Amino acid sequence: MMKRDACLKVLARHRTNEIVVAVYQAAQEWLHISPSDLNYTFTGAMGQGSSHALGIALGRPDKRVVVLDGDGSLLMNLGTLVTIAHAAPRNLVHCLCQNGTYETNGAVNIPSRGKISFPGLAREAGYPKTYRFDNLDDWDRAVERILQEDGPIFVDLHVEPGEPYPEDFRRLYDIEYRERFRRALANL
Amino acid sequence: MADDTARLKAADLITAIKSAGIRFIVALPDRTTSEHLLKPMLADSELRVVQICKEDEGVSICSGLYAAGQRALLLMQYTGLLDSINALRGVAMEGHNPVCMMVGLLNKEPGVLPTQSRHYGVRVVEPVLDAMQIAHHLIEAPDDVEKVVPAIEAAYEQSMPVVMLIGREPL
Repeated sequence: MMKRDACLKVLARHRTNEIVVAVYQAAQEWLHISPSDLNYTFTGAMGQGSSHALGIALGRPDKRVVVLDGDGSLLMNLGTLVTIAHAAPRNLVHCLCQNGTYETNGAVNIPSRGKISFPGLAREAGYPKTYRFDNLDDWDRAVERILQEDGPIFVDLHVEPGEPYPEDFRRLYDIEYRERFRRALANL
Repeated sequence: MADDTARLKAADLITAIKSAGIRFIVALPDRTTSEHLLKPMLADSELRVVQICKEDEGVSICSGLYAAGQRALLLMQYTGLLDSINALRGVAMEGHNPVCMMVGLLNKEPGVLPTQSRHYGVRVVEPVLDAMQIAHHLIEAPDDVEKVVPAIEAAYEQSMPVVMLIGREPL
């Protein structure tokens, strides 16, 4: 099991000019760990992060898009796996921060916690590549290569809460930051 | 013999959609629009159709495309619209995303206002949109095609969603 902030710091260290779409706890931490106008957190409703990411990936096939999804979120929009696999964006890396709980909503366990194979679901939905990481060294060694591989790629990251970060939902959904994102992407 | 000149033409709708700069169609099949609108779109090399499994995905995909500088149209049935209310609330309205939707009113009687339909589901669509303060237009007769481009342009100018209700199967 990896501490989530440590796991995200590994990704941040290997980030170059990737767009990162993040939801809930991962988003709260990511904005501090890897600040950038190319962070997109304006997902608006639970489960929708990967769908926003798909739209961005299809709209800008020249840019690599990483989505930091949650397991509770993904369960709310499982059809997204089929939609993404069918659309087959080569520039999309779908990372799942699997913590087994609805952490933002009281840390209640997800149904069938520990029994679901999310990479299995992704693979059967049609993702050509899936990975699973539960220790930082393996993740650190693989992430640079994964960020360059053809997608869609599914990456199952087994995480638990690490250091606490301040929550700021207003910042997550602030339209001004979304406009900054649009401008930054348009200028790339 | 039926007078087809009085019927909405799918080809005119597609022309209007393209005129509004839309190149991405995000869609789930709908009995009102599948045959003459969605199927030709799937075969149209100027359009990229993204097939989805659930309509709320489509609200978000269109928003992601907007963030990436692209225009998109979400094609679905009114049942899917009703199923997507939270995404319309959080993603389209609160997120100020110009999600343009073309929505088939399954089973609406020709020439009857949606609010006067025999079908409860059809009757409540416009009141629900009004309650959510989402702009909407009824597209049912050939002249209604003129509403399409201005509706889409207004959505992008205001960065707010719009719903075009397809009141009768186009030919």
